[in-house]
Amino acid sequence: AAVRGCSGVWRRAWQRGAGGPAPCGRRAVAGSARGAAVPAGKSGLAPWVPVVGLEIHAQISSNSKLFSGSQVQFAAPPNSVVSFFDASLPGTLPVINRRCVEAAVMTALALNCSINKRSLFDRKHYFYADLPAGYQITQQRVPIAVNGTLSYSLCTDNKMSQMVTKTVRIKQIQLEQDSGKSLHDDTRSQTLVDLNRAGVGLMEVVMEPDMCCGEEAAAAVRELQLILQTLGSSHAVMAEGQLRVDANVSVHHPGEPYGVRTEVKNINSIRFLAKAVDYEIQRQIEVLENGGTILNETRAFDSRLGCTVPMRDKEGKQDYRFMPEPNLPPLILYDAKSLPANTNHQQVVNIDWIHERLPDLPSVKRAKLVEQYEILPEHSFTLLNEDGLTEFFENVVKHTHMKPKKVIGWILNDLLSYLNQHSLTVKESPVSSSILADLLNLLEKKEISSTAAKQVLVELWKGEGKTPLEIVEEKKLELIQDQEALEQICQAVIDGQENAVIM
Amino acid sequence: LKARRLCFQVSAALKEGHVTPTELCQRCLALIKSTKFLNAYITVAEETALKQAEESEKRYRTGQPLGVLDGIPIAVKDNFSTAGIETTCASEMLKGYIPPYSATVVQKLLDQGAVLLGKTNLDEFAMGSGSTDGVFGPVRNPWSYSRQYKEKLVPESHPEGEDSNWVITGGSSGGSAAAVSSFTCFAALGSDTGGSTRNPAAHCGVVGLKPTYGLISRHGLIPLVNSMDVPGILTRCVDDAAVVLGSLAGHDPKDSTTIQDNFKPFELPNLTDVSKLSIGIPKEYHAPGLSSEILALWSKAADLFKNAGANVIEVSLPHTHYSIVCYHVLCTAEVASNMARFDGLEYGHRSDMNKSTESMYAATRREGFNDVVRGRILSGNYFLLKQNYENYFVKAQKVRRLIANDFMKVFRSGVDILLTPTTLSDAIPYIEFIKEDNRTRSAQDDILTQAANMAGLPAISVPTALSERGLPVGLQFIGRSFQEKQLLTVAKWFENQVKFPMIELEEVKRHDHGVFQHHKSASFS
Repeated sequence: AAVRGCSGVWRRAWQRGAGGPAPCGRRAVAGSARGAAVPAGKSGLAPWVPVVGLEIHAQISSNSKLFSGSQVQFAAPPNSVVSFFDASLPGTLPVINRRCVEAAVMTALALNCSINKRSLFDRKHYFYADLPAGYQITQQRVPIAVNGTLSYSLCTDNKMSQMVTKTVRIKQIQLEQDSGKSLHDDTRSQTLVDLNRAGVGLMEVVMEPDMCCGEEAAAAVRELQLILQTLGSSHAVMAEGQLRVDANVSVHHPGEPYGVRTEVKNINSIRFLAKAVDYEIQRQIEVLENGGTILNETRAFDSRLGCTVPMRDKEGKQDYRFMPEPNLPPLILYDAKSLPANTNHQQVVNIDWIHERLPDLPSVKRAKLVEQYEILPEHSFTLLNEDGLTEFFENVVKHTHMKPKKVIGWILNDLLSYLNQHSLTVKESPVSSSILADLLNLLEKKEISSTAAKQVLVELWKGEGKTPLEIVEEKKLELIQDQEALEQICQAVIDGQENAVIM
Repeated sequence: LKARRLCFQVSAALKEGHVTPTELCQRCLALIKSTKFLNAYITVAEETALKQAEESEKRYRTGQPLGVLDGIPIAVKDNFSTAGIETTCASEMLKGYIPPYSATVVQKLLDQGAVLLGKTNLDEFAMGSGSTDGVFGPVRNPWSYSRQYKEKLVPESHPEGEDSNWVITGGSSGGSAAAVSSFTCFAALGSDTGGSTRNPAAHCGVVGLKPTYGLISRHGLIPLVNSMDVPGILTRCVDDAAVVLGSLAGHDPKDSTTIQDNFKPFELPNLTDVSKLSIGIPKEYHAPGLSSEILALWSKAADLFKNAGANVIEVSLPHTHYSIVCYHVLCTAEVASNMARFDGLEYGHRSDMNKSTESMYAATRREGFNDVVRGRILSGNYFLLKQNYENYFVKAQKVRRLIANDFMKVFRSGVDILLTPTTLSDAIPYIEFIKEDNRTRSAQDDILTQAANMAGLPAISVPTALSERGLPVGLQFIGRSFQEKQLLTVAKWFENQVKFPMIELEEVKRHDHGVFQHHKSASFS
C-alpha cells in the first residue's frame, strides 16, 4: 500500500477555515502512524495523527421491510405502514426478506468483501420508545460479509488537478432493522412515535479507522454512496436518512497507541461530514494540548454552529445483552458449487448469480469515460459525482460534432458552475443537453466565436425558450465570413477615427 | 349424547346426525358454567362459539363438513393469540388486550370447522408448573372432585375444611388439561416449553403431546422460550391427539423455524406386535424425589412391554443432571428478552406514571408483571450481561448440545422410544404446593420433562393409573425427532393395555345427569 505524505499541516489547514479542502492523505491502507503526521501546534510538542473510522447505515431499497411484509415508503402518513410484527405484537415472528439479503450480497461483492455463506442474527437490547420490541435484530456475531475494501479518490489541491486514490478497509457489513421515529413535542411534553420506519432493512457498513481527515471521510462516503446507487441496493440519499454516517474520531502521537475516541452523530450531509470530522479532530488536539482529556462519548454535529457538542446520554454505557435471535435459523447463502439440486430458486440466494449481474461500478464507469472520450480522469469523477451529469455529457456529445475533450470544458466550467451557483441539480438545468449541443455546433461550425457562445449561453440560462440560433440572430453575434464586408467595416472604423490614426 | 366421548366418536355422531354442532356446543358451554369453580377458563367465547357451531351445522346439513374436527368444541390456552378474543397470558400486563390476528394453530383449527369455546387459564406467561400463579387465580384439578379421590380422602387430612383438599392441575397449561379432563371440550391447545403440556396432562389424567420442535407453527403463540416452545395438544385419548396433530402440523411461512417438508396426517394403527420394538429406560430419570409409587408404575410399565416381547433396555443419558439448571439459564435469558416488548406503549397495561418515559416503563412493568415474571427477567438479564454471557448463556447452550447428543446416541444405538415418568409424584393439594416458591417448584416439576424441550424431541404423557390417593399418574414416552407416528403408535398400544379409568365427577354429575359412563375394565394399578 502506497504511503503518501500529508501535503498539509493540520493546524494550518484548520486555521485556513473550512473553505478550502483540508489537505491530508496520510496513507492508502491502514496502518497506524506510519504516514506523515500532523506537525505540532504552538505547544511545539510531537505532531498529532488523527484517526477516523466510519459506521454507515444504508437503508436498503426494497418494497417491503427486512422481516415483515409491510411496505417501505418514505414520507407515508405516520404509522400507516406498520405490520403486527413491526409493532411487536406478542406472538409475531420475523421472516427474512430475500430482497434485503440480495441487496446486502450485492453491496458486499461491490466492496470486495468475503461473504459468509452462513451468517447469524442477534438481538441487541435497549429500551427506547421507537424500538417496540425492546431489542433490535442485528448481526453481531457472524455478519453477512467481512473484510472488504473501498477505493476512493480525492484531490490534493483546489484545482482538482492532482487526484490520489486511497483505500479504506471494510470491517463488515451486517443486516439489521431500522428503528421507528420519536417526535418530541416539548411544548406539550409528550413524545409521538411513528413506526413506519421500524423494521426497514439496513446495511451497516463498518469502515476501519483508515482515514485521517474530513475530506477523506467525505470522499469515501461519496464513493460508497455512488456504489450503492449504482447497485440500486440503497437510494442512499443522506437528506432523507437513507444513508446515515457516524464518525469515530481520535488523535494520537506517532508511535503511540490510538487515543480515546469520540463518536460523532447527527451528520446529515457529506459536506457536514467533512466539517464535523475536521472540527472534532481540531477540538481533540486543542483539548489535549491544553492538558485536558478526551472522553469516550457520543457527540452530535450542530450544522448551524459548525461544531460538535456532547449528546445527552443519561444512562452512560449500555450493556446491550446480546443474544442469538431464536426465531431465525442461520442465513445460508449458496454459490453455483454449493447449490443443492432440486432447490426452489425462490427459496435460495445464489451469490454467483448475483455476481454475474452486477452493473458497472463507478470506478469502471470512470475508466470507460476516460477511454471513450479521452477526457481527464479527474473530469470523470466530476461527471459521476453529479447525479445525471454523465448522461447529460453523453447526450451533448452524441448531438454535436465537437470533440468530447472540448465538450467537457463546457460541461464543467459553464454548465456545472452555473448550476452550482444557483443550487440547481442537473435535471433542473434550464438548458437541456440538446440545446447545449446546438450551441456547441454553432461554435464548432465557426458560425459564432467562443465569446459569442458564452453570450448566447447567458441568454439561454434565462430559459425563455429561444433556440441558440434565434439568440445569435437577434443579437447579431454570428461571425462575419465575408472578406469584403470585413474590410468595409474596418475602413469605416478607421475613417471615423482619423485623429487617432497616425498615418 | 355422551359429552365425554372422544373426538372421532363425536365426529361420527355429528356425521350421522345423532347430534348437531350447536347441541354439542351448548352442552359444553353448560358444562363450563357448571364447572366454573375449576377456574379452567379465563374467557368463554360463548357468542362466537355458537356462531361457529351454527356455521358448522350448515355444513353438515349440506353434507359438506370440513373434516373430522368440524363442529368439535375445543379450548385454547390463553397464551395463543385469538383475533377478536381477549388474550391475557393470565397477566395484568395483557388484561384487555384483544389481538387483531389469530395464531396459525388457532386459525388452522377454525379453518377445519372446530368450535372455539374459550381461552384457558395458566400461570402468568406460562411461567410455572402449577397453574397457580396467574392473575385470575389457580386452576383446580377436576380429580379433586372425583369419586375416586374423595373416597380415599382421609377426613382430617386438612382441618381447614373440605375445600382445602383440592389438588393442583400442574402447569402451566392447567386450564387446558382441566378443561379436557372435565369434559368441557374435546381437545385443547396448551404450550410446552419445559413440560407445560405433559405435566398437567399427567396430573389431570389426559393425554398431553409435545410435538417435535419445528413441526407445528409457533406464530401467534406468545413466547416463553422461543427455542423450546411448542404448541401442545391435550386430548382424552392418543387417537385424538393424532387427529389434532394432523390438523396442525406442517410448514408455516410465518414461522421460519418450521420444517419445509410436507407433513402427511396419519391414522394410528392398532399395534399387535411390539416384539420389534426397543424401549429404553433412562436410568437418570430415577431422579431424587421420585415417589415410590411412580417408580413402581414405571417398572410395571416396562414389564408390560417386556412381557409383550419388546426389547426393554436400560440406557444412559449422562448429561440429564445438568439439564434443569441449563434450562433455567436459557429460559430466563429468553424470557428477559421476550418480555422487553411489554413497555406499555403499543398495547397492554400502561402505568399512570408520567414523569418520564423511563419511569413509565418501570412502573408499567412493576405493576404488570408478577414476582415470578420479574424474577425471571432479572436473572435472565444477569445471564446476558457481557461479563456473564460466556459463563452462563454460552455454557448452557453447550450443555444443551450435549443433552441433545445424549438422546441422539441412544436413538442411534437402536432404541425406538424412551419410557420415563412424567412427574415425580401425583398432584398435591394447593395449600401444600404454595409452601414452596415458583422457582423451586418449577425446578422440581420440570425435571423429567424439560430435557425433551432442550433436545427438541417429541414426547407424550399417557394417563397410566390412579395413585393410592385416587389421583392420575402419567408416564412419558420420548421419541425420535419428527417420528410422531411411531411415538403415538406405541403410546396408543400402551393406552390400550393400561385401561386408565374414567374420571367420575360427582360435582358435574349433579348438573349433568345421565352422562356418566362407568369404565368397567380393570385398572392398571
